[in-house]
Amino acid sequence: MWVAIGIVVVLALFGVYLASTAGRLDRLHHRVDTACASLNAQLLRRSTIAFELAMSGELDPAASLVLADAAIRAQENDGDPVDRAQPESDLTKAIIATIGSREAVDLLFATESGTTLGNQLSSALHRTAISRRFYNDAVRACRAVRRQHLVRWFSLAGHTPMPQTVEMDDEVPSGFEGR
Amino acid sequence: MLPVDAAQKAGSSPMRVGIVCPYDWSAPGGVKQHIRDLANALQDLGHDVSVLTPCEDESDLEPFVVSAGRPIPVPYNGSVARLSFGPVSAARVRRWVRDGDFDVVHVHEPASPSLSVLACWVCDGPLVATWHSSSERSRAMSAFYYLLQTAMEKISGRIAVSEKARQTLVENVGGDAVLIPNGVTCKQFEGGEPFEGYPRPGRTILFLGRIDEPRKGLQVLLHAMPKIVDRFPDIRLLVAGPGDVDGLRASLDPKVAEHIEFLGLISEDDKVRAFKSADVYVAPNTGGESFGIVLLESMAAGTPVLASDIEAFAKVLEHGSAGALFENENSEDLATQLEQLLADDARCLALRAEGFRRSREFDWASVARDVVRVYEAVLQPGVKVEADFSGQVFGRFG
Repeated sequence: MWVAIGIVVVLALFGVYLASTAGRLDRLHHRVDTACASLNAQLLRRSTIAFELAMSGELDPAASLVLADAAIRAQENDGDPVDRAQPESDLTKAIIATIGSREAVDLLFATESGTTLGNQLSSALHRTAISRRFYNDAVRACRAVRRQHLVRWFSLAGHTPMPQTVEMDDEVPSGFEGR
Repeated sequence: MLPVDAAQKAGSSPMRVGIVCPYDWSAPGGVKQHIRDLANALQDLGHDVSVLTPCEDESDLEPFVVSAGRPIPVPYNGSVARLSFGPVSAARVRRWVRDGDFDVVHVHEPASPSLSVLACWVCDGPLVATWHSSSERSRAMSAFYYLLQTAMEKISGRIAVSEKARQTLVENVGGDAVLIPNGVTCKQFEGGEPFEGYPRPGRTILFLGRIDEPRKGLQVLLHAMPKIVDRFPDIRLLVAGPGDVDGLRASLDPKVAEHIEFLGLISEDDKVRAFKSADVYVAPNTGGESFGIVLLESMAAGTPVLASDIEAFAKVLEHGSAGALFENENSEDLATQLEQLLADDARCLALRAEGFRRSREFDWASVARDVVRVYEAVLQPGVKVEADFSGQVFGRFG
C-alpha cells in the first residue's frame, strides 16, 4: 500500500517537474522569437537606410553603387536572419569600405541632410549589433535547456526547430564609434 | 523598400521607461546616483521615466521617483544589506507596473535578493538589466541560482557598466552583455569658482579619496612629496576625503606636512571647487578601480589629470593623450611626471583641451543615447510590460 502511494507521489512530483520545465522552455522559445523579430527589424532598417544613403548623392557615384548593391542584396533574402548572414555581412563590409572611416563620416556630417542620414545609419548600426548579441544570448540559453536528457527523452520542445545563433559581421565602423 | 519615415518613427519615438533601483534612495551610493543621472538624461531626451525604489525617507522625493516602502536590514553575503522583498513589496511592484504602462522596464543589479529581482519575477515584457558590481560569486548564488533562474531568464537585454562587471555576469549567470560605461554629468563640473585664494602662483595639486585606504594610493603620493617640494618650494597639496587626519599628520615629516591641507569629506559642490582650485589632479590609485569616473569629472572641470597607469585609468586617458600617466606604485616616477607637467604650461593647456573633449564622450547625454539603443533593441511593437501572474508559486509554469 505505502509502496503504491510512494510511487504515485514520485510520479506526481516528476510530472510537476516536467511541466515546469516545459513552461520554462516555452518562455525561452518566446524570448528567442521576440529577439529574432527585433533583429529582423533592425537589419531591415539598416539596409533601408544604407540604400537611402546610397541614393542621396552624399557619396561619390562609385561608393554609392557599391552601397546600393549591397543593400539590395541584403533585402532580397527575406528569410530568417540565420539564412541572411552572408549578404548582411557583405553589407557591413560595404558600409565599412564606403563610409566607415573617421574622415568619411566627418565629411558626411558636414551637411545637414548628411547629418540626418548619418545619425540614422549610426543608430541602425549600433542597434543591429546589440540586437544580434541579445538574440544569440537567447538562443544559447534555450539550447542549453534543450540539450538536457529529460527534455530530449520526453521531447518537451515538441516540434519547434532547434534555434540557431546568427554569426555575421556586424562590426560598427570606427568612424561611427561614439556617434 | 520600406519608407524610411516609417522605420524611423518605429524606432525613435518617446518611450515610457520604468527603472527599478535595488538600494535605499535616501542613502548615497553609486548605483543610486547612476539611476538618478540616467533618469534625468532620459527625460532630457524626451522619454517618460518612473523610478521604483526602496526609500527610508519619503519626503522630498524627485517627481519621477515612486517609493516601494522602507528597506529592511538583513544579513546577506557576509554583510548587512538594506533590501526590500516579501509579499508587500511584490504587490507594490505589481501595482507600479500596472499603473506605469511601460514600454520597457530596466532593473539594476538583478542578481541580488532585492526589489530588482522581484521586478524581473513580476514583469512580463521587454526587460533590460544592468550589472554594476564586480563581486565574487557568493556561496548563496552558487547553491541557489536555481531560485533566481526564472527571473534571470526573462531578461531580454543585458548591460554591464565595466569589463569587470561583464566578467562577473558571464561567470555567475552565463550569457553576454553590452558594455555601456557610467556617465559623467559634464555640465555640473563646468561652473563653480575656485576656493578663495586659489589658483595659487606656487601651484596646487589635488588628491581625492579615503586617506587610509591603501588602494587609493595616498601613500604613493606622499612618498613623492619631498622631491616635489624641492622643485616647487611653495606647492600645496589639497587632500579631500574622509579618514584619520590627525593620525596621518602626526606620522608625516613636518617639512612635507606644512604643504598639505586636509579638507576632510567634501560636498559635491566643493568637489567642483577643489578641481577648479588645482593645477593638476593626481590619482595614484594602485588598483581595484573598474572605471575612473573621478578622472572624467576632473577633465570635465578642465583640470589636467596625472594618474597611475592601471588598466582602467590608461583606457580613460587614452594611454596618455587625454591625461598624463605614471608607473603604478612608483613614487619616483610620479614625482618626475608631476614636475614635468607643472613646468610645461603648453602641455597642461593641451591636456586641458583633450581631457575636456574626452569627458564629453562619457557625458550622460551620450551614455543615455546608448542605453536607449538597447531599449529599442528589445522593444516589441504594440507590447507593454505587464504584471505576470502566471507561475508565481514556483515561478516556472507557463
